[in-house]
Amino acid sequence: MTLEALNYLTAWPEIFLLTMACIVLVVDVFISDDKRDFSYYLSQLALLGTFAMVMMVQVDGREVAFNNMFVQDALSVVLKSFILALSFAAFVYSRDYLKDRNIFKGEYYVLGLFAVLGMMLMVSANNLLMIYLGLELLSLCLYAMVAFNRDNGNASEAAMKYFVLGAIASGMLLYGMSILYGLSGSLFLSDITVAISQADDSRIGMVFALVFILVALAFKLGAVPFHMWVPDVYQGSPTAVTVFIGTAPKLAGFAMIMRLLVEAMGDLQADWQQMLIILSVLSMATGNIIAIAQTNIKRMLAYSTISHVGFILLGILAGSNEAYAAAMFYTISYAVMSLGAFGIIMLLARKGFEAEEIDDFKGLNQRSPWFAFLMLVLMLSMAGVPPTVGFWAKLAVLKMVVQMDMVWLALVAVFFSIIGVFYYLRIIKVMYFDEIADNQPLSCGRDMQITLSSNALLVLALGLYPAGLMSLCLSVFA
Amino acid sequence: MMIEFIPDWLIVFWNWFPVDIQTVLIILGKIVLILLPLLLSVAYVTYAERKVIGAMQVRIGPNRVGFFGFRLWGLGQPIADTLKLMMKEVVLPTKANKFLFLTAPVLSIAPALAAWAVIPFDRGMALTEINAGLLYVLALTSIGVYGVIIAGWASNSKYAMLSALRAGAQIVAYEIAMGFALVGVLMASGSLNLGDIVEAQAGGFENWFAWPLLPLFFVYFISGVAETNRAPFDVAEGESEIVAGFHVEYSGMAFAIFFLAEYANIILISALTSLMFLGGWLSPFENAAFAQGTFLAETSLLWFVGKISFFIFVFFWLRATFPRYRYDQIMRLGWKVFIPVTIVWLVVEAVMFVAKVGPWAV
Amino acid sequence: MTFIDFNFYLFATLLIVAALGVITARNPVHSALWLVLSFFASSALWILLEAEFLAIALVLVYVGAVMVLFLFVVMMLDINVEQMRKGFVRYLPIGALVALVLAAQMIWIVGPVGPDVLGDESLQQSVRHAADYSNTKELGRILYTEYVLPFEIAAVILLVAIVAAIALTLRRRPATKYQTPANQVKVKRNDRLRIVKMDAEAKE
Repeated sequence: MTLEALNYLTAWPEIFLLTMACIVLVVDVFISDDKRDFSYYLSQLALLGTFAMVMMVQVDGREVAFNNMFVQDALSVVLKSFILALSFAAFVYSRDYLKDRNIFKGEYYVLGLFAVLGMMLMVSANNLLMIYLGLELLSLCLYAMVAFNRDNGNASEAAMKYFVLGAIASGMLLYGMSILYGLSGSLFLSDITVAISQADDSRIGMVFALVFILVALAFKLGAVPFHMWVPDVYQGSPTAVTVFIGTAPKLAGFAMIMRLLVEAMGDLQADWQQMLIILSVLSMATGNIIAIAQTNIKRMLAYSTISHVGFILLGILAGSNEAYAAAMFYTISYAVMSLGAFGIIMLLARKGFEAEEIDDFKGLNQRSPWFAFLMLVLMLSMAGVPPTVGFWAKLAVLKMVVQMDMVWLALVAVFFSIIGVFYYLRIIKVMYFDEIADNQPLSCGRDMQITLSSNALLVLALGLYPAGLMSLCLSVFA
Repeated sequence: MMIEFIPDWLIVFWNWFPVDIQTVLIILGKIVLILLPLLLSVAYVTYAERKVIGAMQVRIGPNRVGFFGFRLWGLGQPIADTLKLMMKEVVLPTKANKFLFLTAPVLSIAPALAAWAVIPFDRGMALTEINAGLLYVLALTSIGVYGVIIAGWASNSKYAMLSALRAGAQIVAYEIAMGFALVGVLMASGSLNLGDIVEAQAGGFENWFAWPLLPLFFVYFISGVAETNRAPFDVAEGESEIVAGFHVEYSGMAFAIFFLAEYANIILISALTSLMFLGGWLSPFENAAFAQGTFLAETSLLWFVGKISFFIFVFFWLRATFPRYRYDQIMRLGWKVFIPVTIVWLVVEAVMFVAKVGPWAV
Repeated sequence: MTFIDFNFYLFATLLIVAALGVITARNPVHSALWLVLSFFASSALWILLEAEFLAIALVLVYVGAVMVLFLFVVMMLDINVEQMRKGFVRYLPIGALVALVLAAQMIWIVGPVGPDVLGDESLQQSVRHAADYSNTKELGRILYTEYVLPFEIAAVILLVAIVAAIALTLRRRPATKYQTPANQVKVKRNDRLRIVKMDAEAKE
């Protein structure tokens, strides 16, 4: 077999990113603490370079590489570019935060880059083995990043919970995959599709495998009843890590669902649809109701994540190409919104102070009208109020559910999102109508101001003109 | 054939066994043929050590015990030592874990002896020539550490426990460098079979792997010294700090078995180094003009024994020359020096492979 | 029963006994040692399957390195065995149930009852290879061609594990006194020694 037969050029962005991650790792060892910014710039350069390469990838339909292990298609290109952009912004937001807490270390960026690599591989996986390896690469980096502030008890506790539950989920995933492999005799997604379509007496086994895989997916995405880790991890980890966990990995998780459920096990749709309905309804209910009781904003956003995951699942279970596009639209817009929200939380934090309580947002309007406005946009978008992107995302998903003749499900979703509006509006109320409690001026670098502003304005812009992103999502599944 | 000298009734008796039993019997016979000389050499290596170090320190060494009233330079000493150890009582410390305490010596000698199964003494002269011989040897040398760890734990003694921890960490650390060095040999020979590795070095001493793999050769041998817990890496025994380390509670035959294992390992490491880097049983003068027609150009067991003896001598030499390493420096040497050196040399080797120099110039 | 069959049953029995030993031994160190034995037994079974590379790698990696470190930890911890065994009887039924389900699944998939995936055909395909067949070579070939991407990614995962472990545990203690052997070696006479020219003093 020759090197050319591997068609490795298709995976150029990944190869570049891996090389850059290793370079950052080595360079970081040799620079002194006061020059640590260099690692940061190098990592950002790596993400930008990878982004440029992803953009340059010409995809005519599908292209496979590495003996069919790796696939580059429209889905992977779109998701990868968003993953890279989100991670770039997350790195920008986290710099000052890390510096203030004396955890501004090269390892954060190295682990972050490897996590991005893991996500990109998950997105491009065409084989059960690759899905698993990409997921493990991502998870391993995240476990370590959660515990990054190692003198903090909460962070260590969160990391431990995340690690143990994540390991159980990986075990479930592997178990399901091994059953699938045992029944189909292949690890390649396309072979599994064929095996499932021809299965008659082994179909029950396939469903059995599906259950395990679905449990693992629910674990990783944080859908109820497998959501236990989400609030603790979101709250316990440094916000710089929360912003990373809460954004790009959701896209990778979406890709994993698409690859596993839709691509490989599309014929079992009737089975996974049932299970997804349960997961989705439970997630929307639990997430939205428990979020109301929270006083810690990171924990509140964690429960909000759970409810949003319910919505994403809603789109997937509707099971048509347009529905998948709607789910993708939802995932991307959700990731952009939560990126901005965590960015604002980091903006409010300063040396020796974490802006974690909702009370810390009191009177934000008086301290900085601009950032209060940005937070307003983000909260409205999360609540699904027009003219923000969150509204269109919810609308698109609900439309698909209604089209599938599941009006009751759509009604349930609307009901719970109306409940959800309450706690988002509470933040707005606190910002605009409460007495100022904390008079410290807000300070952040120009780079963060620009990125954060454009992030929130993007939410608004997409809300005013959703057709661009929507047609992009539709073109992926066309 | 030799078969003519064997009486008929013996052949009939032999054929009366089923084939499988015959195989087992043949293997057992071979094992005895390897182990008896080996154990005898172990006994006399201890004697040689005392003599060599004595000479280096301008002493005489053992010279009293001989046979039948003749002194014979003290050649009877190892026999006397063995008898003494066999007569002594094996003391069981209180609250020691009896079963493991007695198993530990066995666990330390078993891998030291089992590794000899794949060592070829001459062309085709081995108990078994397996394809993954190199890996087999590496695996067995790595499990020798169990004897030490279990002995240390089961003795219920602080010193023994400390020693077990030291030895465990040290052996695991040096095993990595050793493994990488072997990867270099594997790349050079293209085989994991020890016989093939030796044959790949045919054609006189200039074809020995020691030259293109010089750093690996040194790393392997020094790691071998560390793996056997010999001076200057003998912190596991460290009699000045932890009395005698893991075998502080052992006496009599149990102690003798540890002793046996240590020396069997020395011989094993010497044999492996000569097989993998110095052409094993091959003659260094295969193509030299002066040696043609004499036994010097022949491949023979003698060359192998000679090379082994040289390395055993180096073991003694090191012990007589160097002070004991400090523990943190041992770790530093293993992790920060040897492992990087081997990795770098693997890259160099790959470059040589592509450029077709050295053993790859085909 | 051929010699190979005999070996198979011997090591399979050993494996089961050792595995039972792992969970029933009262002392955690004994459990760890039983585990070592079970690794050995399974390695022997792999050799019977002509997978000598995997068999030896199992011994090398698990027995030679992983279990040594495992024993380390177990030996240094003062584990209260009674405490750990408390729930044994209580959790036995559920454990047994899980084990039963696992066994049933395996029998269903591999055995003659279920969807006969392995089929008689593929079972008969397992021919003995010639003596010069090198399992190591075959594995190397397939790992670096067909499975090169997963193989490399697995390597990256290990790298990440190292980075993560070091990032989370390495602490520079400023109070600790270090010796740098390189600096010690580099020392020249003039760094340590000053020769002062003095006139000889007159004897009183």
